[in-house]
Amino acid sequence: MSANLSAVFYLISGVLFILALRGLSSPETSRQGNLFGIIGMIIAISVTFLSVGNFSSGFIYVIIILLIGGGIGAFIAYKIPMTAMPELVAGFHSLVGLAAVFVAIAAFINPGAFNLGSPGNIKLASLIEMSIGAAVGAITFSGSVIAFLKLQGIMSGAPITFKGQHLLNALILISIIVLTYLLCSTQSSNLFWVLIAISFLIGFLIIIPIGGADMPVVISMLNSYSGWAAAGIGFTLENTALIITGALVGSSGAILSYIMCKGMNRSFFNVILGGFGGTDQVSTNQNKEQKPVKSGNADDAAFLMKNASSVIIVPGYGMAVAQAQHALREMVDTLKKNGIKVSYAIHPVAGRMPGHMNVLLAEANVPYDEVFELEEINNDFANADVAFVIGANDVTNPVAKTDPQSPIYGMPVLDVEKCKSVLFVKRSLSPGYAGIDNDLFYKENTLMLFADAKKMTEDITKNL
Amino acid sequence: MEIDPFIFRLSIFILSIFVGYYVVWSVTPSLHTPLMSVTNAISSVIIVGAIIAALANIEGEVFSSSSFFGFFAIMLAAINIFGGFLVTQRMLAMYKKKKKDKK
Repeated sequence: MSANLSAVFYLISGVLFILALRGLSSPETSRQGNLFGIIGMIIAISVTFLSVGNFSSGFIYVIIILLIGGGIGAFIAYKIPMTAMPELVAGFHSLVGLAAVFVAIAAFINPGAFNLGSPGNIKLASLIEMSIGAAVGAITFSGSVIAFLKLQGIMSGAPITFKGQHLLNALILISIIVLTYLLCSTQSSNLFWVLIAISFLIGFLIIIPIGGADMPVVISMLNSYSGWAAAGIGFTLENTALIITGALVGSSGAILSYIMCKGMNRSFFNVILGGFGGTDQVSTNQNKEQKPVKSGNADDAAFLMKNASSVIIVPGYGMAVAQAQHALREMVDTLKKNGIKVSYAIHPVAGRMPGHMNVLLAEANVPYDEVFELEEINNDFANADVAFVIGANDVTNPVAKTDPQSPIYGMPVLDVEKCKSVLFVKRSLSPGYAGIDNDLFYKENTLMLFADAKKMTEDITKNL
Repeated sequence: MEIDPFIFRLSIFILSIFVGYYVVWSVTPSLHTPLMSVTNAISSVIIVGAIIAALANIEGEVFSSSSFFGFFAIMLAAINIFGGFLVTQRMLAMYKKKKKDKK
């Protein structure tokens, strides 16, 4: 296949990828969009086979490995529970990162295969692109592995900080740039290996100080990195599909990180430098015991909701942990049978990744037109009778609006306290991730329901 | 003077960033998780580089050190492609509109 013809096909698959993302603008068109993405991928792979034109025994091995990998991927995709989606995405990012590193290594060892010159005499531009692809890929890989371990709970979600951390990171980043420069002037393969090794190290170091609830930002950021890595490799291989895709994914991840940071009213650098929610903010705990808290049981909650005419549900990460989404939907079904209007309010950073709560509710068969974003629903709290907060905490804290001293001051929050009554399902009075007390617990109209989210919802349903 | 082909690729790259910017802003927030899984799947188009590396055997031998890395990258990218698209499909299939109650 001529180079021009294959370039045209790569362009087509790039356009199909754009359409795949475009489809996600509404749930109706999204499935079609996904199909475009799949077609784009099939075109890109087929064209590559045809343009390489090598159908010897190697081709058979490629197909076999492709199918083995595909089988593993398909198996994971069907088996994974929806609550584990953040871990899955983090895991997948790490694979893209590692694949980028491997392709860069292959191109470095055998540049002839990619028309980049000969070993030890690689074109300068290609070498720079290759180094960028490899370094960013390596950062994506090790960063995603850490994110995965933190999300999976294998590693503690608490931020890990030590003295001189930022200085060390800065030194490593500078040395990556210096090494790239030296690599370009000497073409030494040893330098290339060192470059990859320290890139792995920096990816690891920049994610460990970031705490669990900041994971939405981390995952989106790594999403972005995996895109830039792909784009770097795309330049090396002079492949349009890869360049377009890399740019799309890179900007997509960057926008998601921005939305998540805005949802927490924190700057990107504040999140990345990490250490938020550490031990230095627990000083406000002394007077907590004196304040009166009204606590109730499932019976009280059922009574309140039965007499309501509209209920707003505020889900959070706790719902995902307790796997309470199905029980919740059953409760809502019962409420609806009694003629009560129910809607769901989702904070942008609820859960551990962008859109996490929406997926869980969709899994529990909650129609998406009953689920609303913060800006859409925030005015409705004043007119609602009951707010049912399940597994959320900091995102409902009125302190963000009233106390300029608070670390979460300025963060957009759901105006839950404006409801006539608030039901707060929580296991204990412990502060949320930000390490601050929630004023909502002590309000007149708040009823605390101390229990596991799933069990409590089931009990309420029984009592309705 | 002739323009370096690199400049053309750079133009594509920059324009694609803008396309990505506008397309992604129009994605509804409730579909942000599928957005991440589908971007994951499409960024695995890096598999084209892996295939080239795997099939570029130098002296007629199937496994050279560079093709070895290629094969490994194919494996990783394939997991991502199938896993990414299928899990997206699975998620999107769950997003349903409110059914008209016929009670």
